[in-house]
Amino acid sequence: MGRKVLKYLLEKEFKQNLRNPIMLPLIIVLPLIQLVVLPFAATYEIRNVEMVIVDNDHSAFSRDLEQKIASSGYFRTRYHAPTYQEALSYIEKGDAAVVLEIPQHFENDLGDGRSAQVFLSVDAVDGTQASIVEAYLNGVIQDYAARTLREEALQSQVEVRNRKLPSRIQATAQMRFNPFLDYQTYMVPGILAMLLTLVGGILAALNISGERELGTLEQINVSPVRKSDYLLGKLIPFWIMGLLITLIGLGIAWLLYGLTPRGSLPTLLLFATIYNIGFTGFGLFLSSVSKSQQQAMFVAFFFLLIFFLMGGLFTPVSSMPHWAQYIVYLNPTWYLIDAMRLIILKGSGFAQLLDQFYAILSFAVFFNFLALITFRKTAK
Amino acid sequence: MSDYSVSARDLSKKFGHGHHAVQAVDGVSFDVKKGELFGLIGPDGAGKTTLFRLLTSLMIPDSGTAVVEGFDTVKDYRQIRRIIGYMPGRFSLYQDLSVEENLKFFATLFGSTVAKSYDSIKPIYRYLEPFKKRMAGKLSGGMKQKLALCCALVHAPKVLFLDEPTTGVDPVSRKEFWEMLGTLQEQGISIVASTPYMNEAVRCHRIAFVQNGKVSECDTPENIRRRFPHAILAVKSRDTFTLLQDLRKFPGAHSCYSFGNYQHLYLHSGGGAGDAADRLRAYLEDKGHHDISIQPMEASIEDCFMLRMSKEGGRYGDV
Repeated sequence: MGRKVLKYLLEKEFKQNLRNPIMLPLIIVLPLIQLVVLPFAATYEIRNVEMVIVDNDHSAFSRDLEQKIASSGYFRTRYHAPTYQEALSYIEKGDAAVVLEIPQHFENDLGDGRSAQVFLSVDAVDGTQASIVEAYLNGVIQDYAARTLREEALQSQVEVRNRKLPSRIQATAQMRFNPFLDYQTYMVPGILAMLLTLVGGILAALNISGERELGTLEQINVSPVRKSDYLLGKLIPFWIMGLLITLIGLGIAWLLYGLTPRGSLPTLLLFATIYNIGFTGFGLFLSSVSKSQQQAMFVAFFFLLIFFLMGGLFTPVSSMPHWAQYIVYLNPTWYLIDAMRLIILKGSGFAQLLDQFYAILSFAVFFNFLALITFRKTAK
Repeated sequence: MSDYSVSARDLSKKFGHGHHAVQAVDGVSFDVKKGELFGLIGPDGAGKTTLFRLLTSLMIPDSGTAVVEGFDTVKDYRQIRRIIGYMPGRFSLYQDLSVEENLKFFATLFGSTVAKSYDSIKPIYRYLEPFKKRMAGKLSGGMKQKLALCCALVHAPKVLFLDEPTTGVDPVSRKEFWEMLGTLQEQGISIVASTPYMNEAVRCHRIAFVQNGKVSECDTPENIRRRFPHAILAVKSRDTFTLLQDLRKFPGAHSCYSFGNYQHLYLHSGGGAGDAADRLRAYLEDKGHHDISIQPMEASIEDCFMLRMSKEGGRYGDV
């Protein structure tokens, strides 16, 4: 009897989902929009940052440096200000994001081989932008300094030996697995993880709390159907939906960005499935303990927001404060985003992903256990 | 095996704690005979729905016991769920499944098939059959009730629990619905139904008044009517509004309630109704009423209900 009941429960769920006019568009449009819009919106690339220059040296070198910075394309020299104070007022008004102050004797210092300093002041309201601007500008200036010194050296070969060149060790970064720091590529695995979280967490939470609100849950509770049959009938459609969304998402990523997973597809789907099972359990748990759809929705939203923001989707976990990094260890979404990136971008195999696998598996067991003990057919 | 289909003994259920606690069901006892159509009559919030949840094993009572067809609702809930049909107060079938699919779904849940139980649901299903491909959400109110009843019957239950099955349904469908219940009861199914409509209460073999979580009276409608302690005068005049106020001030009046165009005046015992009618006419003419009509009448179930509400509820006494 059990199997027959389950079969019809599934049949009924599929009929309802297919009849739901928003369900099919949701499965296709949701991944499409997220994959098209988010990678661009969440880009870290910096372009056309407004800059104010305070040139206290008025030398050929200082003008040269200015030009060099402007020609990088990242910065636009909007204003020149006579004093730092005045330059700062541009930042205060929001007209500029960076002040570059070139000190007096800049040319002399550099010409004599002494180290020359420039003063950089960045509007850090947007912390991420600030640190990236700082890094870019530093790079441009370093590059300029190195080149200038080399030119000087070539001009007067003899002097070079006598002159002490500022010795420097230069670290050259080489970006592996995503050589051009292409944010689209970087975002795609994370967005796939996010889609799975949404399907499991939100849709499952809404579905069962919806049945409670509608009153149909009471009809089911009064029937002899087994709890496990009923729950499986609810969850299996979401597992299938999650797999579909993952595959559709990968297809879209290939069409749009030419991105194909370097690692094995079965490994990827295995991670996606176990994670999805975990999150449908999470959604189920929420709907078991909530009285209404609205309540389930809000609680799910609260947790998902934390899972996303602390999952390394937009901001790297390594740049979070220490205490926050410990919380991240309790975030299932982080493990999945990590695993997805490793599989898709790096081509890691299952053996390298054991930590993530066990973590995701534990969450799946934990959430489903919670769901099983909180979902009751009889009220206390 | 006892002759009773359902037996409740001192059932109690409280919600909430401390000051906000509500005693939804308070020491309720009653018995429903096998094959009986039993009515639970009471205002909204009397505790009828909670009582149904306790009887259908959906909720565990704080104290007391309930036995359905020999099975304890707490210990033997598995057996109970196989033999009862429950129709909750709100329409609670899948709006996005068709009539046919809803039926099939509930038959499958109970391990049965529509074909197997076709005979027992046929008297009701024949109304629905022309619309079997229609989505349940698109049915009229009366049709929805019939579908819900079919779904509750599709596994051939021994006991049927119907929580306000006719609320929000037009009078014709309501009449039809009660006729169907009559047919089912003739087939030997025990039925417990609640209703806020007094005219439906007379269709039950026995009724119980539920009020503030308690069952205050439990008997056949006939016996309950017979026990009504007051003589009743139905009074009408042109000025309905002041009439009720004046009637309540009439010496010898116990209480007075509006029933449509008529006011029912319950008289204190002692003195014949005919004698009182003459006195009342003089009193009302004196108060300036015109087109006065006064008729003595038999107590209806509604009269019994109103009186009971005023006695114990307090809330209805000032209406």
